[in-house]
Amino acid sequence: MAYRVSVHITPRRGILDPQGKAVEGALHSLGFEGVSSVRVGRHIVVDTDAPSEDAAIASVTAMCERLLANPVIEDFEIESATAS
Amino acid sequence: MKFGIVTFPGSNCDYDTLRGVVDVLGEDAEYLWHKDHDLKGADVVVLPGGFSYGDYLRCGAIARFSPIMNEVVAHANRGAPVLCICNGFQIACEAGLLPGALLRNQTLQFVSAPVTMRVENADTQFTSAYEKGQRITMPVAHGDGRYTADTQTLDELEGEGRVILRYVNAKGEVDPAANPNGAARDIAGIINAAGNVFGMMPHPERAMDKLIGSTDGIGIFQSVLAAVPA
Repeated sequence: MAYRVSVHITPRRGILDPQGKAVEGALHSLGFEGVSSVRVGRHIVVDTDAPSEDAAIASVTAMCERLLANPVIEDFEIESATAS
Repeated sequence: MKFGIVTFPGSNCDYDTLRGVVDVLGEDAEYLWHKDHDLKGADVVVLPGGFSYGDYLRCGAIARFSPIMNEVVAHANRGAPVLCICNGFQIACEAGLLPGALLRNQTLQFVSAPVTMRVENADTQFTSAYEKGQRITMPVAHGDGRYTADTQTLDELEGEGRVILRYVNAKGEVDPAANPNGAARDIAGIINAAGNVFGMMPHPERAMDKLIGSTDGIGIFQSVLAAVPA
Protein backbone atom coordinates (compact mmCIF):
# COMPACT_ATOMS: atom_id res chain seq x y z
CA MET A 1 0.00 0.00 0.00
CA ALA A 2 1.22 3.53 -0.72
CA TYR A 3 1.37 6.01 2.15
CA ARG A 4 2.18 9.70 2.30
CA VAL A 5 3.95 10.62 5.52
CA SER A 6 4.70 14.19 6.60
CA VAL A 7 7.51 15.08 8.96
CA HIS A 8 8.15 18.34 10.80
CA ILE A 9 11.77 18.97 11.73
CA THR A 10 12.56 21.89 14.01
CA PRO A 11 15.67 23.16 15.77
CA ARG A 12 15.80 21.60 19.21
CA ARG A 13 14.67 23.85 22.07
CA GLY A 14 17.61 25.52 23.71
CA ILE A 15 19.55 25.67 20.43
CA LEU A 16 19.86 29.20 19.12
CA ASP A 17 17.84 29.53 15.91
CA PRO A 18 18.96 32.82 14.34
CA GLN A 19 16.59 32.33 11.41
CA GLY A 20 13.64 32.00 13.77
CA LYS A 21 14.85 35.08 15.69
CA ALA A 22 15.08 37.11 12.48
CA VAL A 23 11.54 36.09 11.49
CA GLU A 24 10.31 36.84 15.01
CA GLY A 25 11.80 40.34 14.76
CA ALA A 26 10.20 40.89 11.37
CA LEU A 27 6.79 39.78 12.71
CA HIS A 28 7.14 42.20 15.62
CA SER A 29 7.95 45.03 13.25
CA LEU A 30 4.83 44.14 11.25
CA GLY A 31 2.81 44.65 14.40
CA PHE A 32 2.30 41.04 15.48
CA GLU A 33 3.25 41.91 19.01
CA GLY A 34 1.83 38.75 20.55
CA VAL A 35 4.51 36.59 18.92
CA SER A 36 6.77 35.20 21.62
CA SER A 37 8.82 32.69 19.65
CA VAL A 38 9.41 31.52 16.09
CA ARG A 39 11.43 28.52 15.04
CA VAL A 40 12.17 27.77 11.42
CA GLY A 41 12.54 24.15 10.39
CA ARG A 42 11.80 21.84 7.50
CA HIS A 43 8.75 19.97 6.31
CA ILE A 44 9.45 16.73 4.45
CA VAL A 45 6.85 14.67 2.62
CA VAL A 46 7.72 11.05 1.96
CA ASP A 47 5.71 8.74 -0.30
CA THR A 48 6.46 5.17 0.61
CA ASP A 49 5.08 1.69 0.18
CA ALA A 50 4.37 -0.14 3.43
CA PRO A 51 2.14 -3.00 4.58
CA SER A 52 0.29 -0.78 7.08
CA GLU A 53 0.10 2.76 8.41
CA ASP A 54 2.07 1.75 11.50
CA ALA A 55 4.76 0.24 9.32
CA ALA A 56 4.91 3.41 7.21
CA ILE A 57 5.34 5.52 10.34
CA ALA A 58 7.96 3.16 11.74
CA SER A 59 9.85 3.32 8.48
CA VAL A 60 9.81 7.14 8.32
CA THR A 61 10.82 7.30 11.99
CA ALA A 62 13.88 5.22 11.10
CA MET A 63 14.57 7.58 8.17
CA CYS A 64 14.45 10.54 10.56
CA GLU A 65 16.81 8.89 13.00
CA ARG A 66 19.32 7.97 10.31
CA LEU A 67 19.20 10.88 7.88
CA LEU A 68 16.30 13.30 7.82
CA ALA A 69 16.96 14.84 11.25
CA ASN A 70 20.13 15.27 13.27
CA PRO A 71 19.32 14.33 16.88
CA VAL A 72 22.10 16.59 18.17
CA ILE A 73 20.33 19.73 17.00
CA GLU A 74 16.86 18.86 15.78
CA ASP A 75 13.57 17.35 16.90
CA PHE A 76 11.19 15.66 14.52
CA GLU A 77 7.51 14.98 14.64
CA ILE A 78 5.56 12.80 12.27
CA GLU A 79 2.44 14.68 11.40
CA SER A 80 0.39 12.34 9.30
CA ALA A 81 0.35 9.15 7.34
CA THR A 82 -2.36 8.84 4.80
CA ALA A 83 -2.97 6.03 2.37
CA SER A 84 -2.50 7.55 -1.05
CA MET B 1 53.85 9.68 3.36
CA LYS B 2 50.68 9.78 1.36
CA PHE B 3 47.64 11.99 1.82
CA GLY B 4 44.31 10.85 0.39
CA ILE B 5 41.98 13.74 -0.32
CA VAL B 6 38.33 12.83 -0.75
CA THR B 7 36.46 14.51 -3.58
CA PHE B 8 32.72 14.60 -3.05
CA PRO B 9 30.42 16.18 -5.63
CA GLY B 10 30.67 19.83 -4.59
CA SER B 11 34.04 19.68 -2.83
CA ASN B 12 36.03 22.76 -3.82
CA CYS B 13 39.10 22.75 -1.59
CA ASP B 14 40.42 19.36 -2.67
CA TYR B 15 42.72 20.92 -5.25
CA ASP B 16 44.15 23.51 -2.83
CA THR B 17 44.80 20.76 -0.31
CA LEU B 18 46.53 18.57 -2.87
CA ARG B 19 48.73 21.45 -4.07
CA GLY B 20 49.58 22.35 -0.49
CA VAL B 21 50.64 18.81 0.33
CA VAL B 22 52.58 18.28 -2.90
CA ASP B 23 54.10 21.72 -3.52
CA VAL B 24 54.66 23.02 -0.01
CA LEU B 25 55.34 19.82 1.91
CA GLY B 26 56.75 17.78 -0.97
CA GLU B 27 54.68 14.75 0.01
CA ASP B 28 52.48 12.45 -2.05
CA ALA B 29 48.76 13.11 -2.36
CA GLU B 30 46.00 11.56 -4.36
CA TYR B 31 42.31 12.30 -4.81
CA LEU B 32 39.89 9.69 -3.53
CA TRP B 33 36.62 9.66 -5.44
CA HIS B 34 33.55 9.55 -3.21
CA LYS B 35 32.17 6.48 -5.02
CA ASP B 36 35.34 4.45 -4.57
CA HIS B 37 35.92 1.92 -1.84
CA ASP B 38 39.68 2.31 -1.81
CA LEU B 39 41.87 4.71 0.16
CA LYS B 40 44.72 3.94 -2.29
CA GLY B 41 47.20 3.40 0.49
CA ALA B 42 46.72 6.84 2.04
CA ASP B 43 48.31 7.27 5.49
CA VAL B 44 46.31 10.42 6.17
CA VAL B 45 42.79 11.07 4.91
CA VAL B 46 41.59 14.63 4.37
CA LEU B 47 37.91 15.52 4.15
CA PRO B 48 38.22 18.87 2.38
CA GLY B 49 36.09 21.99 2.28
CA GLY B 50 33.31 22.69 -0.15
CA PHE B 51 29.59 22.19 -0.46
CA SER B 52 29.21 18.45 -0.84
CA TYR B 53 25.87 17.51 -2.35
CA GLY B 54 24.95 21.18 -2.44
CA ASP B 55 24.61 21.22 1.35
CA TYR B 56 21.17 19.70 0.76
CA LEU B 57 19.21 18.70 3.87
CA ARG B 58 22.06 19.67 6.23
CA CYS B 59 25.72 20.34 5.53
CA GLY B 60 27.49 17.00 5.32
CA ALA B 61 24.34 14.94 5.89
CA ILE B 62 24.39 13.24 2.51
CA ALA B 63 28.16 13.05 1.97
CA ARG B 64 28.30 10.99 5.11
CA PHE B 65 26.63 8.13 3.23
CA SER B 66 29.05 8.20 0.29
CA PRO B 67 30.65 4.80 -0.35
CA ILE B 68 34.16 6.09 0.49
CA MET B 69 32.98 7.05 3.98
CA ASN B 70 32.89 3.36 5.00
CA GLU B 71 36.63 3.23 4.36
CA VAL B 72 37.22 6.62 6.00
CA VAL B 73 35.41 5.49 9.16
CA ALA B 74 37.37 2.20 9.16
CA HIS B 75 40.61 4.19 8.74
CA ALA B 76 39.63 6.39 11.69
CA ASN B 77 38.70 3.35 13.78
CA ARG B 78 42.17 1.92 13.14
CA GLY B 79 43.53 5.04 14.81
CA ALA B 80 44.89 6.54 11.59
CA PRO B 81 44.69 10.32 11.08
CA VAL B 82 41.74 12.07 9.48
CA LEU B 83 41.92 15.83 8.94
CA CYS B 84 38.48 17.37 8.48
CA ILE B 85 38.38 20.92 7.18
CA CYS B 86 35.26 23.11 6.96
CA ASN B 87 32.71 20.99 5.06
CA GLY B 88 34.89 18.04 6.07
CA PHE B 89 34.31 19.00 9.72
CA GLN B 90 30.56 19.11 9.07
CA ILE B 91 30.70 15.69 7.40
CA ALA B 92 32.73 14.23 10.29
CA CYS B 93 30.13 15.47 12.80
CA GLU B 94 27.29 14.02 10.74
CA ALA B 95 29.18 10.72 10.47
CA GLY B 96 29.66 10.61 14.24
CA LEU B 97 33.46 10.77 13.94
CA LEU B 98 33.34 13.97 15.99
CA PRO B 99 30.72 15.08 18.53
CA GLY B 100 28.34 18.00 18.04
CA ALA B 101 27.14 19.74 14.90
CA LEU B 102 27.74 22.89 12.86
CA LEU B 103 24.81 25.21 12.47
CA ARG B 104 24.01 28.30 10.45
CA ASN B 105 26.21 31.26 11.40
CA GLN B 106 24.60 33.37 14.07
CA THR B 107 24.57 36.40 11.73
CA LEU B 108 22.88 34.28 9.03
CA GLN B 109 25.57 35.54 6.68
CA PHE B 110 28.27 33.68 4.85
CA VAL B 111 31.61 34.80 6.23
CA SER B 112 34.80 34.88 4.19
CA ALA B 113 37.61 36.52 6.16
CA PRO B 114 40.87 35.81 7.94
CA VAL B 115 40.38 34.82 11.57
CA THR B 116 42.78 34.62 14.47
CA MET B 117 42.84 31.51 16.61
CA ARG B 118 44.65 30.45 19.73
CA VAL B 119 46.21 27.01 19.86
CA GLU B 120 44.70 25.58 23.04
CA ASN B 121 46.45 22.24 22.88
CA ALA B 122 49.71 21.73 21.01
CA ASP B 123 50.10 18.19 22.25
CA THR B 124 48.17 16.55 19.40
CA GLN B 125 48.98 14.90 16.07
CA PHE B 126 47.61 17.96 14.30
CA THR B 127 49.08 20.85 16.28
CA SER B 128 52.51 19.73 17.54
CA ALA B 129 54.20 22.19 15.17
CA TYR B 130 52.73 25.09 17.16
CA GLU B 131 53.22 26.28 20.72
CA LYS B 132 50.39 26.18 23.22
CA GLY B 133 48.85 29.64 23.31
CA GLN B 134 50.26 30.58 19.90
CA ARG B 135 48.06 32.84 17.80
CA ILE B 136 47.58 31.75 14.21
CA THR B 137 45.64 33.27 11.34
CA MET B 138 43.82 31.49 8.54
CA PRO B 139 40.79 32.24 6.40
CA VAL B 140 37.30 31.01 7.10
CA ALA B 141 34.72 30.72 4.33
CA HIS B 142 31.46 29.23 5.49
CA GLY B 143 27.77 29.83 6.11
CA ASP B 144 27.36 27.05 8.64
CA GLY B 145 30.23 27.12 11.10
CA ARG B 146 28.58 27.64 14.46
CA TYR B 147 29.86 24.74 16.50
CA THR B 148 27.17 23.40 18.83
CA ALA B 149 26.98 20.56 21.30
CA ASP B 150 25.14 19.97 24.56
CA THR B 151 26.70 21.36 27.73
CA GLN B 152 27.91 17.98 28.88
CA THR B 153 29.74 17.36 25.60
CA LEU B 154 31.26 20.85 25.67
CA ASP B 155 32.46 20.33 29.24
CA GLU B 156 33.94 16.98 28.28
CA LEU B 157 35.76 18.51 25.31
CA GLU B 158 37.14 21.28 27.51
CA GLY B 159 38.05 18.96 30.37
CA GLU B 160 39.89 16.53 28.14
CA GLY B 161 41.85 19.18 26.28
CA ARG B 162 39.99 18.42 23.07
CA VAL B 163 39.14 22.01 22.20
CA ILE B 164 42.21 22.52 20.03
CA LEU B 165 41.61 25.88 18.38
CA ARG B 166 39.59 28.82 19.67
CA TYR B 167 38.68 32.07 17.94
CA VAL B 168 40.36 35.04 19.64
CA ASN B 169 41.01 38.71 18.95
CA ALA B 170 44.38 40.20 18.02
CA LYS B 171 45.37 40.27 21.68
CA GLY B 172 44.72 36.55 21.96
CA GLU B 173 41.60 36.96 24.10
CA VAL B 174 38.22 35.40 23.49
CA ASP B 175 35.91 38.12 22.27
CA PRO B 176 32.42 37.81 20.77
CA ALA B 177 33.52 40.21 18.03
CA ALA B 178 36.31 37.81 17.04
CA ASN B 179 34.01 34.79 16.81
CA PRO B 180 32.94 34.69 13.14
CA ASN B 181 29.93 32.42 13.51
CA GLY B 182 28.73 32.37 17.11
CA ALA B 183 30.34 29.00 17.85
CA ALA B 184 29.81 27.69 21.37
CA ARG B 185 32.75 28.67 23.59
CA ASP B 186 34.49 30.19 20.55
CA ILE B 187 35.38 26.73 19.29
CA ALA B 188 37.17 26.63 15.93
CA GLY B 189 38.57 23.11 16.09
CA ILE B 190 38.14 19.92 18.12
CA ILE B 191 39.62 16.44 18.22
CA ASN B 192 38.05 13.04 18.94
CA ALA B 193 38.76 11.15 22.16
CA ALA B 194 41.33 8.90 20.48
CA GLY B 195 43.20 11.95 19.13
CA ASN B 196 43.26 10.91 15.48
CA VAL B 197 40.27 12.75 13.99
CA PHE B 198 40.58 16.53 13.93
CA GLY B 199 37.95 18.95 12.66
CA MET B 200 38.34 22.68 12.10
CA MET B 201 36.29 25.33 10.31
CA PRO B 202 39.17 27.58 9.11
CA HIS B 203 41.19 26.57 6.07
CA PRO B 204 44.84 25.64 6.70
CA GLU B 205 45.24 24.70 3.02
CA ARG B 206 44.53 28.33 2.12
CA ALA B 207 47.24 29.55 4.47
CA MET B 208 50.32 27.84 3.07
CA ASP B 209 51.86 30.59 0.95
CA LYS B 210 52.95 34.13 1.86
CA LEU B 211 51.60 35.29 -1.47
CA ILE B 212 48.04 34.73 -0.27
CA GLY B 213 48.49 36.16 3.19
CA SER B 214 49.50 33.51 5.68
CA THR B 215 51.63 30.42 6.09
CA ASP B 216 50.16 29.54 9.47
CA GLY B 217 48.28 26.57 8.01
CA ILE B 218 51.44 24.64 7.14
CA GLY B 219 51.86 23.64 10.78
CA ILE B 220 48.72 21.51 10.71
CA PHE B 221 50.15 19.41 7.89
CA GLN B 222 53.67 19.36 9.36
CA SER B 223 52.26 18.12 12.65
CA VAL B 224 50.56 15.19 10.91
CA LEU B 225 53.76 14.43 9.00
CA ALA B 226 55.72 14.30 12.23
CA ALA B 227 53.10 12.07 13.87
CA VAL B 228 52.81 9.39 11.21
CA PRO B 229 55.71 6.95 10.84
CA ALA B 230 57.25 7.33 7.38
